[in-house]
Amino acid sequence: MPDNFPSAPVQPSPTQHTAAPLLAVRNLCVSFPSGGRMIPIVENVSFTLAERDILGLVGESGSGKSVTAMALMGLIDSPGVQITGSALFRGQELVGLPQKQLRRLRGRQIAMIFQDPMTAFTPVYTIGWQIDEQIRAHERLSRKQARARTVDLLAEMGVPDPARTADRYPHQLSGGLRQRAMIAMALSCNPALLIADEPTTALDVTVQAQILDLIRGLRTAYGSSVLLITHDMGVVAETCDTTLVLYSGRVAETGPTQALFAQPGHPYTAALLASIPPLDGPRPERLPAIAGAPPVPLERPAGCAFSPRCHYVHEACLPAPPPPLVPVGPHQSAACVLSTEGTPLPPRLISACASAAASIRHQAAPTPPPSHGEVSP
Amino acid sequence: MSAFPVSSPEQGGAPLLSVRALRKTYSLPRGQTLKAVDGVSLDVLPGEVLGLVGESGCGKSTLGRCLLRLTDVSSGQITFEGQDITHLGERALRPLRQRMQMVFQDSYASLNPRRRIGDLLAEPLRVHPGPDGRKRPAAAITARLHELMDLVSLPVTALDRYPHEFSGGQRQRINIARALALSPRLVVADEPVSALDVSVQAQIVNLFADLQAQLGLTYVFVAHDLAVVRQISTRVAVMYLGAVVELGETDDVLHHPAHPYTAALTQAVPRPVVGASRHPPLRGDIPSPVARPSGCRFHTRCPMVQDRCRVEDPALHTVRPGHQVACHFPLAAD
Repeated sequence: MPDNFPSAPVQPSPTQHTAAPLLAVRNLCVSFPSGGRMIPIVENVSFTLAERDILGLVGESGSGKSVTAMALMGLIDSPGVQITGSALFRGQELVGLPQKQLRRLRGRQIAMIFQDPMTAFTPVYTIGWQIDEQIRAHERLSRKQARARTVDLLAEMGVPDPARTADRYPHQLSGGLRQRAMIAMALSCNPALLIADEPTTALDVTVQAQILDLIRGLRTAYGSSVLLITHDMGVVAETCDTTLVLYSGRVAETGPTQALFAQPGHPYTAALLASIPPLDGPRPERLPAIAGAPPVPLERPAGCAFSPRCHYVHEACLPAPPPPLVPVGPHQSAACVLSTEGTPLPPRLISACASAAASIRHQAAPTPPPSHGEVSP
Repeated sequence: MSAFPVSSPEQGGAPLLSVRALRKTYSLPRGQTLKAVDGVSLDVLPGEVLGLVGESGCGKSTLGRCLLRLTDVSSGQITFEGQDITHLGERALRPLRQRMQMVFQDSYASLNPRRRIGDLLAEPLRVHPGPDGRKRPAAAITARLHELMDLVSLPVTALDRYPHEFSGGQRQRINIARALALSPRLVVADEPVSALDVSVQAQIVNLFADLQAQLGLTYVFVAHDLAVVRQISTRVAVMYLGAVVELGETDDVLHHPAHPYTAALTQAVPRPVVGASRHPPLRGDIPSPVARPSGCRFHTRCPMVQDRCRVEDPALHTVRPGHQVACHFPLAAD
């Protein structure tokens, strides 16, 4: 949606000529105390996010994807929580950074948007007031200048009649408009990194498509990198350059989205993709479901966390420690013993469905056929 | 064309449930009215799965509840097994309730947290008399509970446990077991899998399909997820702002949509395939059902809107056998 960003300010990117990633997370662990012991919720999560990249953090509920993001933002303050590992943001260590310094980063350098914009905005001030406040917290601007920036931002996010919308309260806007306002607020200080936690889950699909377009456009218009947290493999496939699959607090697989979707290296990724009912192509008699449910952190198996539900489980999967991430393709790695044992997973059978999808969607494109002009009175 | 066009009763046989010109309106402050269901006519045939899809606020859940008389309708007619149930009182409805049941989205909220599963499942069996018209004996109830656990693949020991001890998928199995306790003919399921994780969703969708085949059930399956609806449904009704805008065989509707809204809806669903072609999304949001647009309810977002669409509300009409659409300029099937 490049036409949405007529005069978008492109953030000067100091690291553009260097190869250093924007964010490098190494062995991030988050544990919460419970019943006298520490329960690991996120275990040894590592990833890097390049400038202007969109990384998808995908997993089911309880997989630790939101906790990972909250830990990066320094937003976990529950008593006794233990966060270890390292997260370098432009060379600055985020883990253990004092709140005062974090506050300077948050909003200005790293911004976050949430699933439910209704609860993320306070209901007692107008949308515009809240965005103005965020701008003025980080920059020396007059109220008038801040409001002008707010209105510009709302317009760039595709909000119709932005000046009037700025004077409205959150409850007066539709879900899609609220999420646009939320993204406008997040972008108000040109952050280098936007963390989006299930930004479209509460939205209808036709509105979701608009918001995903908007997020895809951010890297060109604002030079922002995006860490997109979602449970929807479809959203990942259409939006992210790189994908990280989390299962029960651990990285199951990571790699370029295209490679990972074409040939998953971890049986969990493969099974998850297979269990999604297809919208195109032939309809399967039964869905290849994954038996059981993800383990609760306390009952996580010593070895591979997915082993109780895995088709390929054998002796090598069971003993601790859990299998390490091993390369299964260029830049792609999976925490599974299969590829080291010389029996990697077969490529995913999608060719027929994908081509069918493409052709069906072309046929169904709602472009007005010329004949309709003649019928119209 | 009759006054209330009805979909393909080609399979023959009388519909199990049919609604005609069904309306449900809510009065709001300042004299406004919200038309949640705005003149819906459709048939549910015995043994079929009718999927009701649409985005939030389109009235699909309200329609689902109206079908079972869980919500009183404002006008129109509901016929179940040939009997007009539109204005039946609670007492007269009760015997019919055995044959029409509901499964809700929130598996936790629909189970009383303070009662054991066995208790929860026995409740309908205690309330309703047995096939001989008398109170069911305790032994018969226990036997039925064991059967039900077997049907939904839960261990019998689950009967002695409380709802919080189960995962979301297991709780939804319990809800399904409760709905099936009295051997209903019709089950209305309102977003039964949308609160579940993807890996669990497939299990429950399969369970719905297995039970339907095994017990000869009829479902009205309400969901916003087109892929899930496609997997389970025989026919699909697409709703927009309170009205059915397209109705037909599942793959005919989803793969050869005649309504521009259906086409846009199917295109907007992100596919878990990298490189699937993308189309420009629909513009704007769904209008408020309080201020529904004049003429065709979709005209404000339609990419192929004409002058006629702004003034004249298109009626649902047949475009091909078994396929109806409410559009002045339906898309060609090709």
